[in-house]
Amino acid sequence: MIKVRFFALLRERLGTSDLELAIDHIETVSDAIQTLKQRSERWQVVFEDQEVIAAVNQQLVDKAHPLQADDELALFPPVTGG
Amino acid sequence: MGYQVSVQEGPFNVGSEYDALATDPNCGAVVTFTGLVRDLPEGGLDAIELEHYPEMTHSLLEALCERALDRWKVKSIRLIHRIGKINLNEGIVFLGVASAHRSEAFAAGQFIMDYLKTQAPFWKKEHSERGSVWVEAKASDRTAASRWQEPE
Repeated sequence: MIKVRFFALLRERLGTSDLELAIDHIETVSDAIQTLKQRSERWQVVFEDQEVIAAVNQQLVDKAHPLQADDELALFPPVTGG
Repeated sequence: MGYQVSVQEGPFNVGSEYDALATDPNCGAVVTFTGLVRDLPEGGLDAIELEHYPEMTHSLLEALCERALDRWKVKSIRLIHRIGKINLNEGIVFLGVASAHRSEAFAAGQFIMDYLKTQAPFWKKEHSERGSVWVEAKASDRTAASRWQEPE
């Protein structure tokens, strides 16, 4: 399993802060996002009109980054701290 | 050489942060920056709320301080970022850098702030009399961070 966490606007729009995904057929961050889009029409719309940044095990990565069982994938909008 | 990072709900005191940086007899410069909650262009902001990714925030800020210490001759860095509800005009972020001469402290400080703005997992939500809105990222912040990229 992969643990997926959502933050800020993305968390609010999806209505959930975290979930688990089976690793089957998921090799990269991009694959995980494709799988999430298939959950419902709403999820598809959110991922299509929201810029999403990814971190794997608390490190910023690009969408081609590989995923392994027990990884923590965080997805969130561009950051606005400071 | 060293740094201290804090991610906290409570306010900070700029005076005591400065005092802690101004103790090294080899440092001739202390540069500080404080980021404040600013009102909306049309007014009416009550407060902001800062969400973050707790397991990632602290280590990312530490990594930025380490990169700055590697790249510039600075002696010490103090970096504080608040989370939770912060009222209009209160401080959000404090950064202080001490070094022998000012140019290194200014450069290291700008580097840390530019990367913090584009990489540290914090998100601001503005609460005003008209409702609550997530702040959108600015393209100008990304441009500011890109100027520090070094050739591989």
